[in-house]
Amino acid sequence: MAYQFDFSGIWEYRAELAAGVVHTLALTGVGTVFGLLVGVVGGAVRGWRVEPYNRLCGLYVELIRNTPFLVQLFFIFFGLPALGVHLNEWVAAALAMIINLGAYTTEIVRAGVQATPRGQMEAGLSLAMSRRQVFWHVVLPPALGRVWPALCSQIVIVMLGSSVCSQISAEELTFAASYIQSRNFRAFETYIVTAVLYLLLAIVLRHLLNRLGARLTNRDVAKP
Amino acid sequence: MIEFSIWTILQYLAQGLGWTLCLSLLAFVLGGAVGGGILLARIATYPLLRVFARGYIEFFQGTPLLMQLFMVFFGLSLLGRDVSPWVAAGFSLTLYSAAFLAEIWRGCVEAVDRGQWEAAASLAMSRWEQLRHVILPQALRHAVTPTVGFSVQIVKGTAVTSIIGMTELTKTGSILANATLQPFTIFGMVGLGYFLLCYPLSRLAHYLERKLNVLAAH
Amino acid sequence: MSLLRIDSVHKHFGSHHVLKGVDLKVEAGEVVAIIGRSGSGKSTLLRSINGLETLSDGLIEVDGERLHAGQTDMRALRLKVGMVFQQFNLFPHLSVVENVMLALGVVKKMARSQARECAHAVLDKVGLSHKLDARPGQLSGGQQQRVAIARALAMSPKVLLCDEITSALDPELVSEVLAVVRQLAGEGMTLVMVTHEMRFAREVGDKVVFMHEGRIHEQGTPEQMFGAPRSRELAAFIGALGG
Ligand SMILES: Nc1ncnc2c1ncn2[C@@H]1O[C@H](COP(=O)(O)OP(=O)(O)OP(=O)(O)O)[C@@H](O)[C@H]1O
Ligand SMILES: [Mg+2]
Repeated sequence: MAYQFDFSGIWEYRAELAAGVVHTLALTGVGTVFGLLVGVVGGAVRGWRVEPYNRLCGLYVELIRNTPFLVQLFFIFFGLPALGVHLNEWVAAALAMIINLGAYTTEIVRAGVQATPRGQMEAGLSLAMSRRQVFWHVVLPPALGRVWPALCSQIVIVMLGSSVCSQISAEELTFAASYIQSRNFRAFETYIVTAVLYLLLAIVLRHLLNRLGARLTNRDVAKP
Repeated sequence: MIEFSIWTILQYLAQGLGWTLCLSLLAFVLGGAVGGGILLARIATYPLLRVFARGYIEFFQGTPLLMQLFMVFFGLSLLGRDVSPWVAAGFSLTLYSAAFLAEIWRGCVEAVDRGQWEAAASLAMSRWEQLRHVILPQALRHAVTPTVGFSVQIVKGTAVTSIIGMTELTKTGSILANATLQPFTIFGMVGLGYFLLCYPLSRLAHYLERKLNVLAAH
Repeated sequence: MSLLRIDSVHKHFGSHHVLKGVDLKVEAGEVVAIIGRSGSGKSTLLRSINGLETLSDGLIEVDGERLHAGQTDMRALRLKVGMVFQQFNLFPHLSVVENVMLALGVVKKMARSQARECAHAVLDKVGLSHKLDARPGQLSGGQQQRVAIARALAMSPKVLLCDEITSALDPELVSEVLAVVRQLAGEGMTLVMVTHEMRFAREVGDKVVFMHEGRIHEQGTPEQMFGAPRSRELAAFIGALGG
């Protein structure tokens, strides 16, 4: 039995695929920006053991890292309306990604913050900088530089993980693929093409993040 | 809407949790076995094997698990017959875990000092003997922590198989949420179920990391 | 009225009583060298003057700015007190000139151009105007320490504290850093330095302070202290150095 591969039925739907790619990237972009923000704040709180927020952040991190993203997504999209919080699929998807990435980046940034030599903070303090100023100007930049590769990996993982957002009907790339295969009846080919698109996205995203990191942290980033 | 007692709900969820656990174990064991093979290919002297292993790892780490699941599911169904979710889920989770474990273990093998290979070679060991008797035993020590750590990812990864109809914990939760119209409580409990599986593993990884670091420092 | 006044300062680390009532006065333009055995509390005293350690008891006053036991906001005090550390502690992600400019911008709210000008001036003073854009990692230890001095000086402190600033340096790099300190002393900068360089302490110090077991055991001019120590402990300390 020889299966005849047929990719011709996919080209027809290139617009849907392109839209899917754009939406996946948009979700990832929003998730990354706000997720990193959460991570920086969380990392500061955990790295400097600011009680009682430190414990609260610890709980948040453990809860998120030890449950599947899909369940977090369902909880936000299907569960929160019970509390009167109705979110559309995009907001729910973005929120889930932010919360998820925020937990991982909190731990990553914390490690970077804690690796800062004490003396550098003291040098900042001795120059009459406030603790907050020391964090922003002295601790954070090199800390981000140290952990940038780990952050990049996590961002790529979250981008790939966003494919389950199709399950709440957010029309991102996987949703587009499912739609297409329901029309052209070429599920296998469609998913192969989509997988390759994800692979390319992952490679490009990683590359861009590396370059961004090199720029943000003043070219002190370790080569990948 | 059907009335479920809390006990019935818990019973169903416990059952789902059981399947999640089975699937995780299956993926871990089979993924470990395949991953070992990929690892050998990844560090082989034969370039084609290395290229294959690199491509394999790159592909499975660079695409969503859900895509892999769909490809396996629909790929297998092309071979005719109905594909049971078990087969598709087990198969794709195995391939997925294998890629990550192989990559983790490669890092551990490379963490072993290069001088060890040379020392073993100087004793006229074959490459396999060098690996088997000198390198792997040392790499094993580095490997324990990240391997336990990755088992958490596997458990969480199994949730995705609900999408192709595996009635594991997440799927059970979805069904119950629809039936009881209490998604908040149900998905909360589902999350808790995963937490009960994953948190001990995370703690174990954390504990091992500290312990092995302390040992290494002495 | 003295520029720096330390009044019965105590410091405990848990149950460890490290400073046991230190009194010291430093006049404007004075150069004070603190000597003493390892663990006698020299660094702790210096760090207290900068508010890097909170006081358990006592009072520190610098140019009218007071620091009490239990006080947590040290910024006003730190504006008057600069500090140079043994390990340089430069900011690794910033260039030399940015290291000096950072606090000028962030703390003093200086405009960038003005901060840069100010940074150029102090870096010129420590002989590093040719290294403005280098990274700390690209400099020798002596050069790094000179940047650290410039960074502290840029904030125009009333007092500069130096804690064994040559101890982490290779021997051949010590003199370039000491030359900068000597120059500052000559210009009338008020300096309080912990040092193991006895010859240097003797040369530039107006006053030498010997710390012993958390107290100031003896103080006086370098001639008195090194030439005619009054206490057995100081004599033993100097003797042990072979001086
Ligand atoms: N953060 C701290 N926590 C606990 N004990 C400390 C701390 N800092 C210093 N000590 C203790 O205080 C005592 C005085 O330390 P200090 O660093 O002031 O000595 P020092 O005179 O500067 O010595 P050295 O010449 O070795 O630098 C030492 O016994 C030290 O162990
Ligand atoms: Mg000291």
